[in-house]
Amino acid sequence: MTTRFQAALDRVTQVRGVRGAMLVASDDGLVVAESLMEGVRGNAVAALAASLAKRFHRASETAACGVPEFLHLQASQGSLLATPAPNGMLVVVVAEADINVGLARLEMLRAGGAVA
Amino acid sequence: MIDDIRALSAELARDPGSLAFVPLGEALRLRGQLDAAAKVALAGLEHHPNLADGHDLYARIVADAGDVERAADEWSIALALDPRHAGAHKGLGFANFQHGDLDAALEHLELALAADPTDQSVVQALHTVRQVAQQAAAQPGAVPQRPAVFAGLEGAGDGLLLVDPQGRVLAGGLRVHGGQDVAEEVAAYLAGVSQEAERTARLLELGEWRWIMAEGEHGHLHLSAPSASSLLLLARDKGVPSGRLAILAARAAEVARRWLEVQTL
Repeated sequence: MTTRFQAALDRVTQVRGVRGAMLVASDDGLVVAESLMEGVRGNAVAALAASLAKRFHRASETAACGVPEFLHLQASQGSLLATPAPNGMLVVVVAEADINVGLARLEMLRAGGAVA
Repeated sequence: MIDDIRALSAELARDPGSLAFVPLGEALRLRGQLDAAAKVALAGLEHHPNLADGHDLYARIVADAGDVERAADEWSIALALDPRHAGAHKGLGFANFQHGDLDAALEHLELALAADPTDQSVVQALHTVRQVAQQAAAQPGAVPQRPAVFAGLEGAGDGLLLVDPQGRVLAGGLRVHGGQDVAEEVAAYLAGVSQEAERTARLLELGEWRWIMAEGEHGHLHLSAPSASSLLLLARDKGVPSGRLAILAARAAEVARRWLEVQTL
């Protein structure tokens, strides 16, 4: 199964501008699988993405927006993207600021499908 | 839309007295180009000072820029020229709601609906104002009295929220369908998000964080930081495209920044 995850994450990293993709346990922010470029701090990415996702989950449900299906943090020199996957997982991507978000999202959803 | 803007601009260049200034000004307003939209509207009004649609257009532009009083003046002029002008009634309904005059808001919104029964935004606005009026009647003082910082902006009373880093509401409001006020609760969940976003961006060497968007099953949230000590949340239903959400957020952030500057003087 891990190979399947890895293959799915590798496909995400083939999107231009993606610096790394990970599968993260949303409850504790631990890395389940990763495909990262050198220099990307996997553990930090996982923990911070899971924490942000948790906060937005509560805010979104309270605001009647429902469970977040896609989270996008935009910064001046990059982006952090996250989408929930089955079994309490998150697919998380670190990318350049000008990434094609639509394409990355598509591949992230496919990667999430590999978890089921 | 860009093609429309080009075509309308060309038409206006050929004939400065053309009525194309109305759709052109509106297209620019929707793109957030408020200065350009205002120039087009004012130039058009010089040629057509008695055109209600022109005053309605200018009112919406200045309302977007945060000047609700000026907008209300323009809508009043539009109504003087055309007492059944749906846009002017709708605008005045909104302006009165922002000022807490619920009776006047209801009156204008009902007239707007009578003029255009197909306008779903008026139906929704009437629903919201009636619920707030009912709550106010049932529990005097229960409606939070928050500064009308975003008056004139779309969703000002129920989908725009300015909070401080400790999760306290500064201005705006957030209501779910049915009128329940969830501003305080959502603000509490957002406490510390700016520090977390800042930490995330720093650790991942992403530079300065600008905004976070969460697309939910039923709606979208957009969070940004108009200043170092505030967070701005926009909530919209899923029908609003994320690009439009970003434009609305940029406008609201500008209004919030101006208000925060005045508060700290």
